[in-house]
Amino acid sequence: MKRNVAIVGGGQTYHAARRHDVDQVEMVNEAVRRALDDAGMTIDEIDTVFLGNMEFFEGVHMTDCWLVHGTGAYGKPGLKITTGGTVGATTVCVGAHHIASGLFDKALCIGFEKQEEGDTGAILSGVAHPLWGRSLAGAAVGYFATMGSSYMATWGATEEHSAMVAVKARQNARKNPYAHLKLDITIEDALNSRMLSYPIRMLDMCPASNGACAMVLADEKTAKKRCKKPVWIRAMDTAHNEQFELDWRFVDTKRPIFSKVCAARMYKKLGVKKPAEYFDVFEVYEPATWAELIWYEDLGLCGPGEGFRLVEKGMTNIDGPIPVNPSGGVLSTNCIGASAMLRVWEAALQIRGDAGGHQVPKDVRRALTTGYGGTNWTVMTALSKTLDD
Amino acid sequence: MVDRVAIVGIAQTKFAPKRADVSYGEMAYEVIEAVLRQTGLKMDKDIDNSISCSHDIWDGQTISDIGITDVIGGHLRNEEKMALDGSTAVYYGTIGILSGEFECTLLMAHTKMSQTNRNIVNNDAFDPIYTRLLGFDYTSAAALQARRYMYKYGVTPEQIARVVVKNLANAKKNPVAHQSGDFTVADVLSSPLVASPIRKLDIAPDTDGAVAMILASEKRARQIKKNPVWIKGIGTCYDAYYLGDRDLAGVFALEKAAAQAYRMAGIKNPRRQIDVAEVGDDFSYQELLWMEGLGLCDRGAAGRMVESGATEIKGKLPVNPSGGLLGGVPINVYGLNRVAEAALQVMGQAGDHQVSKDVKVAVAQGHSGFCGQHQCVVVLGKE
Repeated sequence: MKRNVAIVGGGQTYHAARRHDVDQVEMVNEAVRRALDDAGMTIDEIDTVFLGNMEFFEGVHMTDCWLVHGTGAYGKPGLKITTGGTVGATTVCVGAHHIASGLFDKALCIGFEKQEEGDTGAILSGVAHPLWGRSLAGAAVGYFATMGSSYMATWGATEEHSAMVAVKARQNARKNPYAHLKLDITIEDALNSRMLSYPIRMLDMCPASNGACAMVLADEKTAKKRCKKPVWIRAMDTAHNEQFELDWRFVDTKRPIFSKVCAARMYKKLGVKKPAEYFDVFEVYEPATWAELIWYEDLGLCGPGEGFRLVEKGMTNIDGPIPVNPSGGVLSTNCIGASAMLRVWEAALQIRGDAGGHQVPKDVRRALTTGYGGTNWTVMTALSKTLDD
Repeated sequence: MVDRVAIVGIAQTKFAPKRADVSYGEMAYEVIEAVLRQTGLKMDKDIDNSISCSHDIWDGQTISDIGITDVIGGHLRNEEKMALDGSTAVYYGTIGILSGEFECTLLMAHTKMSQTNRNIVNNDAFDPIYTRLLGFDYTSAAALQARRYMYKYGVTPEQIARVVVKNLANAKKNPVAHQSGDFTVADVLSSPLVASPIRKLDIAPDTDGAVAMILASEKRARQIKKNPVWIKGIGTCYDAYYLGDRDLAGVFALEKAAAQAYRMAGIKNPRRQIDVAEVGDDFSYQELLWMEGLGLCDRGAAGRMVESGATEIKGKLPVNPSGGLLGGVPINVYGLNRVAEAALQVMGQAGDHQVSKDVKVAVAQGHSGFCGQHQCVVVLGKE
C-alpha cells in the first residue's frame, strides 16, 4: 500500500439474541458512537463511510441507504459491501484502500447483522446454487457436520476435542462483556447438548446474534497526531473457493484451498516463517468448533491432523503460547456482517492492551485475523503495534 | 491524482428483455471473456483484482457473487462485491489501484431483471417499519420526485417527453440497446400511465445483461493500450433516506459527488469543459434533474435545454447519445454502462452513436436507492 493505514478507534455493541429495544439504525449507531468516542472524533471529521451487511438476512434491500442516519454516511462518500461472512473484514480492506489511495484521511467502517429479523438457516440455504445445490443445502450446520465427520474419520479426533473448543470459547466469552454466549459450561455439557446434525451439537455451533462493530481507520499522519495507541494494518489478502469446488471439507485434501493459499500469500508479504511464533495472538472466524481446529492447521500453527492436539494440550488457551480467540470468537458471538470485523477489532484491542478481562497475559505486538464465509472464502488481516514490528 | 488510472477494455452484452438461455454467471462469462479477448490480457497472469456489482435480492441468491466467483477469477483470488450501482465498481476499482495494492482490475456488473419482479425488490428497499407497508416502489417514489421537480421549476410534461423522444431515437444507433424507435412527444404522453406523471415510456424497461471493464494503473495501461481513457475524477455521496427528509427537487448528494469528482479532474466550469454526458435516466425526468446536479445547466433550466436540442447527439452538449437507460439496461448495471458509454465516446469508438464533436472530457453518473439517494460521478478524459 502506498500509505500506511492505522486503526485509530473502534467499538461494538453488546451482542444478544434479541434486541427489541433498537431497530437496525439505532443498533448500528451504538457501535458508531462507541467507535467515534474511542477515536476521539466527531462524525463531522470522518471523510467517508463504508457499510458491510448481507441484505437477505434482514430482508431489507440497500441497508446502507436506510441506515445513513445511524452510520453517519449522510452527505458523505461511501459504499456498501456484500461478501458474506467475510464482509466485515472486506469492509476494513475497502476502508484501508481508500486511506492508502491518498484521497481520504479518515474512514469509518461498519459491519452489522440483526439476525432476529430474518431466518438465518433459510437464508444460508439460499447460498447454494438454485439449480444444483439448493435442494441439498442444510445451511451452515450441514456443512460443518461433514467437516466434523471428515476430520474425526481422517485424523482420529473425537467429539471430546470439539467439546474442548466449545468450552474454551464460552469460558473466554465470560471474560468479554460484549460477547453473546457467556456460558459457564463443561466438556460434559457440550457433549450432552442437543444433536443438530451428527457430529454437530448445539454447543458446537455459533449463535445467531444481533450486533454491530465499527472501526475508524486513518493515515499515518492523522494516526500519529490523534491516537495514543494506533494499531497498524500490515497486510490484507482475500481468497475464495468457487462454489463447485465441492470438497465439502475433505480435510486432508492436497488441492490448493482458500485458507492455505491465503495464509501463504500473507506470510510471503510479511516474511513470516513460523506463524505460531511470529504472531502473538490470533482471532479466527470459527462458525463451528471443527472450523477452529482446521484453522490451526491451515494457518500452519501445527501440522495437518494436529489441530486437535493443540486444543488438547491447552496451547491455544487465553494464557497458552498461541492464544486463539481470547474474545470467545464467533462460537460465542455471530452477527454475520460484523463477525469478521470483530476479529480485526478484538485483535486490535489485544495489541493496544485494552481487551480488559480477556487480555492475553503477554506482550502482544502482532496479530493475525481471518474471516470465513461464502463457499469457503476468507479475508485475512495482519496487525502490528508499531511499524517496525 | 498523482498516479493515474485508465480504462483499457470494455465489453457489454446485447441487452435484452429476457435472457432465458443463460444464468447470470454465464451472462457474466460472456462479457468477461470478451473483455479479456479484446485486451489480450490473461486472467491468471494479468488481472490482480476483481470487483463485481449486483444485489442478492435481484439475483435470488444469498451472497450472490458466489454465482460468478469462477468466471470473474475469484477462485483462490481476490473478488469484492459492491452492493450498489455499477458506477461504484469504477469508483472503488480506481481507489484500489491508487492505493498501490493492485495494478489491473476487472470490473463486472450484471442483473437479470427478468428473474424477478421489480416492484417487490424495490419495495424491499423501503424500511420495514414506516414506509414499506405503504406499498412504495422506485416508480411511485419517482412520481413524487417528478411532481416536486415539475412544480418547483415549472418543467413541463412535454419537456420531459422530449427526453424520451431523444433517447429512444439515439438508441436506434446503439447496437446493444433493445428499446428504440421514432416516437413523438404525443406518443410518449399517450403511453399508459404508471404512476402520475410517469408513463410507461418514461421508465427504463426490464432488461437482462452485463458489462465488464478493465482498469489499469498508468504503467500497465501504457503497455496494454495505445490510447486508454483516463479516469480524471471520481466522487460519491449519500443523501438522506426518507423522502420527507429531502427536498426531492434538490440534488444535494449529486452536487457533492460531482464537486469531489470535478475537483480531482480540475473541472471548474462543467458546462464548457464537459463534451458529453451519460447520466442515469432510470426515469426520463431524472435525466433533466441530474443534468442540473452535474452543473451542466442552471437549476430548472434542463427542460428548456432539451427543448432547444442542445442535448441531442449533434447538439452543443449531447446527453445520453447511447440512448441512455431508456434504451434498455439492467438495474445495477446502469452506472457501469454509463461509464462504458462515456468511455467509448472519449475513445471515438461509439460507432453510429458517436457524437459529432470532438470529445476530450466526458462525465458519467450512476445512482442507487430510490430517487437517487446514493450518487456516483466519474469524469473521463483523453491524455
